[in-house]
Amino acid sequence: MTFDPSHAARSFSSVGTRPIRPDGVDKVTGRARYGADFNMPGQLIGRILRSPHAHAVIRKIDTSKAEQLPGVKAVVTAADLPDLTNGDTSMYDILDNCMARRKALYDGHAVAAVAAIDAHTARQALKLIDVEYELLPHVTDVDQAFAADAPLINDTIITKGVDPKPDRASNVSMRSQFGHGDVDAGMAKADFVVERTFRTEQTHQGYIEPHACVANVSSDGTADLWVCTQGHFVYRQHCAQLLGLEASKLRVTSSEIGGGFGGKTHVWAEPVALALSRKAGRPVKLVMTRDEVFRATGPTSATSIDVKIGALKDGTIIAADATLRYSCGPYAGSWAEVGAMTAFACYKLENVRTVGYEVLVNRPKTAAYRAPSAPMAAFAVESAIDELAKKVGMDAVDFRIKNAAQEGTKASYGPVYGPIGIGPTLEAVKNHPHMKAPLGKNQGRGMACGFWFNFGGQTCTDLNIGMDGTVSLAVGTVDVGGSRASLSLVAAEELGIDYAQVRAVIADTSSLGYNDMTDGSRGTFSSSMATISAARNAIKILRARAAQMWDIPVEDVTWERGHAVAKGETHGNLPNLSLKEIAAASGTTGGPIAGHSEIVADGAGVSFATHICDIEVDPETGATKVLRYTVVQDAGKAVHPTYVEGQYQGGAAQGIGWALNEEYIYGKDGRLQNAGFLDYRIPVCSDLPMIDTQILEIPNPNHPYGVRGVGETSIVPPLAAVANAVSNAVGVRMEHIPMSPPRILAALEA
Amino acid sequence: MRYIRPSSLEDAVGLLANASGKAAILAGGSDLLVRMKGGFIEPDVIIDIKAIDALGRIIENDDGFVIGAAVPCAVLGENTALRNAWPGVVEGARLIGSKQVQGRCTIVGNLCNASPAADSVPALVAAGARALVRGPAGSRTIAVETIPVGPGKTSLAPGEIIEAILLDKRQRHSGDAYQRFTPRTEMDIAVVSAAVNLTLNDQGVVEKARVALGAAAPTVLLVEEAADILVGSRVDDGALERLAEACSAACRPIDDKRGTVEFRKKVAGVLAKRVALTAYQRAGQK
Repeated sequence: MTFDPSHAARSFSSVGTRPIRPDGVDKVTGRARYGADFNMPGQLIGRILRSPHAHAVIRKIDTSKAEQLPGVKAVVTAADLPDLTNGDTSMYDILDNCMARRKALYDGHAVAAVAAIDAHTARQALKLIDVEYELLPHVTDVDQAFAADAPLINDTIITKGVDPKPDRASNVSMRSQFGHGDVDAGMAKADFVVERTFRTEQTHQGYIEPHACVANVSSDGTADLWVCTQGHFVYRQHCAQLLGLEASKLRVTSSEIGGGFGGKTHVWAEPVALALSRKAGRPVKLVMTRDEVFRATGPTSATSIDVKIGALKDGTIIAADATLRYSCGPYAGSWAEVGAMTAFACYKLENVRTVGYEVLVNRPKTAAYRAPSAPMAAFAVESAIDELAKKVGMDAVDFRIKNAAQEGTKASYGPVYGPIGIGPTLEAVKNHPHMKAPLGKNQGRGMACGFWFNFGGQTCTDLNIGMDGTVSLAVGTVDVGGSRASLSLVAAEELGIDYAQVRAVIADTSSLGYNDMTDGSRGTFSSSMATISAARNAIKILRARAAQMWDIPVEDVTWERGHAVAKGETHGNLPNLSLKEIAAASGTTGGPIAGHSEIVADGAGVSFATHICDIEVDPETGATKVLRYTVVQDAGKAVHPTYVEGQYQGGAAQGIGWALNEEYIYGKDGRLQNAGFLDYRIPVCSDLPMIDTQILEIPNPNHPYGVRGVGETSIVPPLAAVANAVSNAVGVRMEHIPMSPPRILAALEA
Repeated sequence: MRYIRPSSLEDAVGLLANASGKAAILAGGSDLLVRMKGGFIEPDVIIDIKAIDALGRIIENDDGFVIGAAVPCAVLGENTALRNAWPGVVEGARLIGSKQVQGRCTIVGNLCNASPAADSVPALVAAGARALVRGPAGSRTIAVETIPVGPGKTSLAPGEIIEAILLDKRQRHSGDAYQRFTPRTEMDIAVVSAAVNLTLNDQGVVEKARVALGAAAPTVLLVEEAADILVGSRVDDGALERLAEACSAACRPIDDKRGTVEFRKKVAGVLAKRVALTAYQRAGQK
């Protein structure tokens, strides 16, 4: 679908308003059902036994004592989840991550599971499972794992993307490279060069709701799964494949979601719950503890990034180079590749090169986290850009404006940009009152830019018009950020009716065609396209029914503001028929009225943001306080501005936490030291100022209303914006994230 | 697992002394329930002391204050007389966890959990607080700093319960203060902390001082050499610098997930200076 330029001038009646979300009342009153709120008669409680070792061969698992404990109904190990992945290595990795097969690859790796009549019995049963481990040397640090003499995590990993092919295994699963021009020649011409190495530590998405599901495998081979997920169709596919079920026999219903941020995009414990249910013949409820969530799910990459950027005296960036090492957990990934693609995406560069290395470590399998891989690359690049601006003698914003990508720029990762928002966000920041506000003692201001691709993908939506004239919208993209409200606005806009007449629900996997999961900022983008298309299909039927009611040709019926309008000299005097009137008559004019849509939502417009951060540093303790924070981001068109602002604020809040205090801390023994919210410090409300937002609307040419995804870009600039603010406050360039107080104090005293 | 809610202290002591298996005392439960949920302990008997009337009261008498073992920290903050007399003790108690946690947690629980990072303990130690202990062999009164003997360990004998915390009647020109260092503003635990309690003479010179540091050693440290520096001073810059050095030197911290040895040593001194100034200002106003 393409942008309808008439919309640019048109005033929307529903889109752009801020009604209360349909899921709001239930959420604030506690009625909303999250993953752990589902229960079945006769359900068992499942629990998982996890490896205490970072790297060990599993020699033997003796489950006999656990099986004999009264109240235990099933015990499963990898033997109960045979490999049905048929050479699909990424599914094999997911299977191995759900239940360790030959080796335990990180502290927290699942090795067995039980289902028992209650949680106490299940916990007792875990203690009775005897696992014989043979300990292996481990490595948890990305740079140490990258070194040639590191303990080898998987002896079948030969680095891809290297010519000639290496003759021996290593912890580097892939090398990737992007760019154009001649970086070395460009760098030779530079009048100023900044070269530094930056590090970021591993963080968790920090969703408040732990992974939770209820699995019920019936004796007839059909199965149901109620689960907290970002993509129930994807979970169905994964579970069906790993358990050898036909997709249509497994119905997956998604719960409300207490945060996912990329961490609920592939299965973790759901196949285990299904395997337990299959073996026990009863429903099994499995809810992870917080400790399990930290030790075994989610985290993003830890990184080590070399950046070198050169500029001419006039402020033109003449060459840009980066080498990015990203940890993947113990399985191959493509996290550094994404980092390498995004690193310089904000800039118009003649000579640019990025090289990414995927590094295996004995840590949990890396999962997507909101604009995965981009924040760390942006931290390194935007820190270096800030420093280079100072060397050139230009203001940080002006330097970026001079070098910003534009429509027609060949992006550092390949494509040529259409209309984009980097320049406008920078101009808005330059003119923002925040940039002119005075700063006090020990205070610093930083700004930074960020980019994210956005995604569209497969989408299926049903729009059903009830006989009372109200509309049910059945959507297959899980609502993680208010999309039911946005999609109801879109349906109301197209049909010309009130928002209150539309109710959107997330349909289960047996009620709709396949939908990709809610990732890549695609929920509102892709499902609004499908909703528009479904509504237009419904309008065709509504017009036909009106034509039938009037007994005139359908060509003479138009749809305006929720009514069928007869046109022309012959019929122009017929009174309009409202949607409600047509719906009421539907039983006698041909039956139910509905519109369907099955699309691949191509053309998700790329997204840019620029952030400003003011911070105060206590020079005696290294403590930081974020004083003021402003997000400026392009939304294409903000369907529900409040939830767009919420996305901007949420991403900024997570990025600030990542920048200042969040990190996985491993001991020398390879065990995670801080698997809980006390010592894994996400910011609490009182740690943050109110985050100001400014929405820019540069229409996406590929969407009828100009909508772009807005969910992820907001987490890309904060690491760099905060680091630039701290660096400006203390006069020392911060190279290591998070900038926890001990790290700031050490940098000050270095 | 048995849950018992006795209505007298004698019953509670009897139940504790005669319990078969592991027994645990429940007041606010903000440590106990978390540890049970995490699977770290599985008590056979839980003795809830909240139904014992005397333990739920704060009494001001001629000797000072008697704070019952089941008084939630939030209630400490609502007691104007206590807040005026011992502001440092109250501010320590009101830094534990969050508002919700403070509605349940108690200073006796905080003391008996025996964490070196306990927020209410340094100020109690600086205040010279005593614990009234009831056991099978009768009652005794001991200094609070003698109760924790290491992380998670106390000197209490089997069957002993702390009945109350005793704080002296405040002398005039006295003030105390407590601060901790945490990366977050709340819902956090001290990386290192300091409490100072001062009594001045009429000329504003420190007559008596007690300085305590938290999370700087296996138990809360009472740093006498730091107190000696303050005595005889007007808490001037020179005294503060020497105080900071003495506190940093007294620390015997560890490197862990919450901070490094160097960081804790340095920040112990910084916090000691800051709380000494606050305590001095408070003392001067009375």
